[in-house]
Amino acid sequence: MAVVGTLTAAFVAFAVLAVLGYLLPTWFILVVTLAFSKGLVALGIVWLMRGGLVSFGQGIFYCAGAYAAGMAMRSLGLTDAASLVVLGAVVALVPGLLIAPLLAGYRGIFFATLTLAVSMIAYGILNKTYSLGGSDGFNLQAPTFFGYHPTQPQSISYALFLVASFVTVAAAGLSRVHFDSVRGLLSLAARDNEIRLEYLGASVRWVNGVNFVIAAVLAGAGGALSALSLGHIDPDFAFWTTSGEFVFLAILSGYFSVTAVFVAAILVEVVRSFSSQYFPNTWQGALGVFLLLIILFLPEGLGSLARWPRPKSAKPAAAPAASAE
Amino acid sequence: MTPLLETVGLQKAFGAVVAANDISVTVERGQRLGLIGNNGAGKTTFVNIVTGHLRPNAGRVVLDGRDITGFVPRQVRRYGVSRSFQIPQLFASLTPEQNLLMALGILREEGMSFWRPARSTTMMAELESLLARFQLQQYRESAIAGLPGGVRKLVDVAMAVTHRPKLLLLDEPTSGVAVEEKFPLMDVIMHALEGSDATVLFVEHDMEIVGRYADRVLAFYEGRIIADGPPAEVLGNAEVQRYVTGTPL
Repeated sequence: MAVVGTLTAAFVAFAVLAVLGYLLPTWFILVVTLAFSKGLVALGIVWLMRGGLVSFGQGIFYCAGAYAAGMAMRSLGLTDAASLVVLGAVVALVPGLLIAPLLAGYRGIFFATLTLAVSMIAYGILNKTYSLGGSDGFNLQAPTFFGYHPTQPQSISYALFLVASFVTVAAAGLSRVHFDSVRGLLSLAARDNEIRLEYLGASVRWVNGVNFVIAAVLAGAGGALSALSLGHIDPDFAFWTTSGEFVFLAILSGYFSVTAVFVAAILVEVVRSFSSQYFPNTWQGALGVFLLLIILFLPEGLGSLARWPRPKSAKPAAAPAASAE
Repeated sequence: MTPLLETVGLQKAFGAVVAANDISVTVERGQRLGLIGNNGAGKTTFVNIVTGHLRPNAGRVVLDGRDITGFVPRQVRRYGVSRSFQIPQLFASLTPEQNLLMALGILREEGMSFWRPARSTTMMAELESLLARFQLQQYRESAIAGLPGGVRKLVDVAMAVTHRPKLLLLDEPTSGVAVEEKFPLMDVIMHALEGSDATVLFVEHDMEIVGRYADRVLAFYEGRIIADGPPAEVLGNAEVQRYVTGTPL
């Protein structure tokens, strides 16, 4: 019943977004489309964060999805946006499956650094791969949508926004269902106490490995959507600052609410749009102050505001057994 | 009939310290075994070897006729061995209810399901039964950090019994608990285990607890078993009194 409720809520959210997208100005839905794309990558980091891991290398999967969509459009003539997003996710799955077994045994700073290293290797290779545009990357044409070939920029933006919204609510809804499942609890448990989890019969390595692969798929879909909305791809998609931005979004949102991930992504994109226009040299500082405030006053992220019911403190009276000495 | 647990010549050394020195024990089904000994005598090392946390330098662990030596805890658990810990090993960011739901979920092989909710009807029914047996209903949604020590012990043991183990090892179930609460705590645990066919080994320092709840006692000293038998016999043993319990005045 909870699953049906969550998926119904996701469907309603998509309907609301579709109506809002029709009413809002084009520049704003462009910002939201890009925010959803990046939010998908950050959602993948949230999957990892629930298991106690943070990846500073999601750029590699983001980049894989983007380049897969771009190459399919350029070389194969595939222009359908939905197909390109699916392709981006599937292509990102491949490095995800290859890297997950290698990294699933690492924790903390070692895991973060290794993911960073892997993404920087990809960045270096792409910079020197001139058939893929080298450091300049390459441009993409406007996508089509299930055979519909809009020519007006507003129509293209709205159609892409619909695709991004659908992918976003689907990913958010399914993630929510998963987080409320036993396996979802396993991730939180792995974060708390690996030894006990092993004693209960679960494999922490498996839990973290699967989370890593899912995070890769989400990043691939996000990369493909970003490439389509920006109309350009370059190796910076795999650069460490790009990965850092996704971590920023995940910390900002926290790991309690999937909605918070996308709210955080929209907030950051809006702040970036305005601040890069009005104070282009200091907007990174503004984002830094923003993050500091979140860490100070909402250490568990924006999503902790929606965490209800919160665990209660135990009443000392009437303990069945004992109180600690 | 095959004994439930048989250890043969277990050896374990940590550098120069010998924590298990030729430990050979046979445990029959349904026994309640008390493990006594001073700190460092080898009780927890024995528990850690049986549960797969430590690999012995030599010797074998045979459970129900199957050699499980060197198996990791996850594998050992599959063959019906479970344990609780001296310091309760709980998932601090989850509530007691969530701790137990997860243990039940792993038991039901739902750990691999991405979508099945933790709060399914069958899971909730099992959870309610578990909470009632361990008298944990009022703490179900409490923060772990705020729980009294005795309640944490109960959650720890409750998690260990979710998969109806054949062999349950309790590492100092009453340590860190107020003196007047030790017997009520053990009463709750033993009452909760009634009706199960679990064989129980518990490590304990309180000889009154051992005398009341064990039907057999193993006394450890410097990695060896120096006495093995009914509580009255072992606690009256001169060597045990000299090295473990102290001589009565």
